[in-house]
Amino acid sequence: MLEFILERGNYWAIIGLMMIGLYICFAATNLIKRLIGLGLFQTSIVLFYVSLSRVDGGTAPILFGADWKKAKGYGEESHGGDHAADASASAYDSAHAYTSGGLENVYSNPLPHVLMLTAIVVGVATLAVGLATIVRIREAYGTVETDEIREMDLDVAIAEAADEAEETQAANGTV
Amino acid sequence: MNGDHHVILRVVAKALIPIISVFGFFVHFHGEYSPGGGFQAGVILAVAIILYSLIFGIAPCMRAITPGFARTVAAFGLFLYAAVGFWALAMGGNFLYYDALFREAPGGHLGQHVGIIVIELGVLAAVAGSMVAIYYAFAGRVSEIRDEDW
Amino acid sequence: MIEFITSLVPADIAAHAPALLIGVPLILAPLAAMMPNGRLAWLISIFATGFSLVMAIVMLAQVRSVEGGAVISYAMGGWLPDAGIEFRIDALNSMILLLVTTIGFLATIFGWPSIKAEIREAKRAMFMSAYLVCFLGLCGVAATGDAFNLFVFLEISSISTYVLVALGATRDRRALPASANYLMMGTIGASFFVVGVGFLYAATGTLNMAELAERLQDAQNNKAVLAGYAFILVGLGLKAAMFPLHQWLPNAYAYSPSFVTMFLAATATKVALYALVRFLFTVFGLEFSFEGSTLVWILMPMGIAAMVACSFQAVFQTDVRRTLAYSSVAQVGYMLLGISIGTAAGVSAGLFHLVNHAVIKGALFMALAGVVLTYKGTTLNDFRGLGRSAPWTMTAFAIAAVSLIGVPLTAGFQSKVALGTALFENGWWWGVAVVMFSSLLAVIYMGRILEAVFFRAPINPNKKRKEAPLLILIPLWILALANIWIGVQGGFVAGLADDAAASLFIGGAR
Repeated sequence: MLEFILERGNYWAIIGLMMIGLYICFAATNLIKRLIGLGLFQTSIVLFYVSLSRVDGGTAPILFGADWKKAKGYGEESHGGDHAADASASAYDSAHAYTSGGLENVYSNPLPHVLMLTAIVVGVATLAVGLATIVRIREAYGTVETDEIREMDLDVAIAEAADEAEETQAANGTV
Repeated sequence: MNGDHHVILRVVAKALIPIISVFGFFVHFHGEYSPGGGFQAGVILAVAIILYSLIFGIAPCMRAITPGFARTVAAFGLFLYAAVGFWALAMGGNFLYYDALFREAPGGHLGQHVGIIVIELGVLAAVAGSMVAIYYAFAGRVSEIRDEDW
Repeated sequence: MIEFITSLVPADIAAHAPALLIGVPLILAPLAAMMPNGRLAWLISIFATGFSLVMAIVMLAQVRSVEGGAVISYAMGGWLPDAGIEFRIDALNSMILLLVTTIGFLATIFGWPSIKAEIREAKRAMFMSAYLVCFLGLCGVAATGDAFNLFVFLEISSISTYVLVALGATRDRRALPASANYLMMGTIGASFFVVGVGFLYAATGTLNMAELAERLQDAQNNKAVLAGYAFILVGLGLKAAMFPLHQWLPNAYAYSPSFVTMFLAATATKVALYALVRFLFTVFGLEFSFEGSTLVWILMPMGIAAMVACSFQAVFQTDVRRTLAYSSVAQVGYMLLGISIGTAAGVSAGLFHLVNHAVIKGALFMALAGVVLTYKGTTLNDFRGLGRSAPWTMTAFAIAAVSLIGVPLTAGFQSKVALGTALFENGWWWGVAVVMFSSLLAVIYMGRILEAVFFRAPINPNKKRKEAPLLILIPLWILALANIWIGVQGGFVAGLADDAAASLFIGGAR
């Protein structure tokens, strides 16, 4: 049992981070803190993907040494083909060569890294938009606490409803 | 200048900022052979600009690189990226298919080289431009927050 | 008409339709951002969305040219699937693409007067650019065949949506917390989705959806796949405003600029729902989705809860925008109910209702934008007496409203009949009762508005009232007449939905 838990240390860490992030998202009343929680949550996902890509004993997925020379020669050969399909099929082979075992060195899987590069960019964009919105909230409301904002909105909504009711009454009285 | 506390920072930054910029371009153009590429290079370039504004103040920085210019650069980056896609389409290949760029004979690698460099240039412009624009968007608002709010 | 438009497009362009559909808005969005004024950016947007519409029609013709529906596969960058990103258009994709591009095109045309009134001049070019990015993101979700690419497009559209919603702050500051709230919920939803995709990738080693579907056949009882299934269901459910996860929607719709509300209400949740259907039926397949009756115990109760609870909430709103927003969540419930039946007829009814609802809500929110423009208010009292001062706008509004209720000869009736038939065939007669009950609630909440519009005197007769500008009226009437056209002669859209559902079930039975 202990071994089962320890073997999956990375997943425990990831799930821990994920839950902390989610909890901050839901529990914090400060909008900035909520965004921090969101960032934590997204970071845990990055960790999750990167830990998926690990191969035992693998290094960074950049061809070096004998592999690099081989890949170079392979690439030139492959362009002898006329059709686009051939070229991309061989590119596919070389991209997946780490699984075929034809390489001298062991590399970790590059695909999740690339995916996470995209996800990080998405995260940065979300964070920038979120912070910009919060700056505007601060300017419009004078606070970044969600409960205070909600109270102010509630006051406005109640005032609006009262106006509306009065209007209706007045209209029905005159008609 | 005697009363200036930041004289060391200013001198060091003046020396560093050109190096950082050049390093940014190095990371970009060497990205074909080593880790790097337009994304990292864009961030490094933006860092050079942000460092300048941190040390010399945001107003001179905004005069040198206006927010509008930063936004335009960011938009131009995306435009460049999409333009390569259309270039490949115009040459009869699929969207973003680099081999079609010059309609070269089989075995030619020019399309691959040019295609990825131009794409990464687009990424560089987009990332550097939007990073600076985001920085301006936040830093440019500082004066509106009163002292007692801190 | 489809044949005519298709015949105008050169074969070279038609062959690259999936790339051009996304590519043209992609290259024109930065161009729009660089424009010196909003009008030029608006013209660029019209061109971009119009071009995408033509491409969607071309693809629809290509898909329908083969009996049973062809599948267009487009390899981005010449990289074949499953190494590269594949754009995969089958009957379902082409239907959703046609819907998004049509609504997008009409929305762009109608948008200008509304944008001019609600967005400051300095921001208009950037606003149109953000709108184009949102549009291309939604099209991308509907076109891509790669699970991670779907996430990227989903986020592209969502992030620009947050910006668009927040721009409603010039009218009402409550748009800002609404946008921040939407951002939190939307990002959590997308992150859940991407965790789910990660589990699937770990279990199968591929991200291509067709390939995933094949490899998942052998991994039915894998715990990672089960976890991934749960994450994807919740994540996409959040994006699609599935009942308990809809909290972001009413405020986001109520306070964003009218143009944005109209576009979002008609497309955003629909596209997310498409992604949900795609994952439930194509990627996981029927056997998996129904194992342990996930659909019956999750989607169906949630759909019914949405139909009843949110219709009740809609009845008690005094702001017409909020009424319509809650009604949107209720209508998502109809679609979920249809999908949860799990038969071809049920899914087809759900998709049919998806299209009809987009047309209905598009028309309703367009008319609402016209009212906001001319009268500056959206409460029930502001609507009093509008029937006399703005008869054209309000007649179109009324047509869409009765269509939402489900009166015969309108689109809403057709899809409710299809839904009811599918429910009966499956023996869920109580489902029909719920649909009836929910429609009754719709009569109440739409009836209140219509009563105010046509049978009440205006509260403040001195306030100037007039018809909405022509630029709003034309797209509005196109959508209103589409409601009647679908209602009288529903064959075309129903056929699309049937083909789409059939393509899903062929995929599931592979």
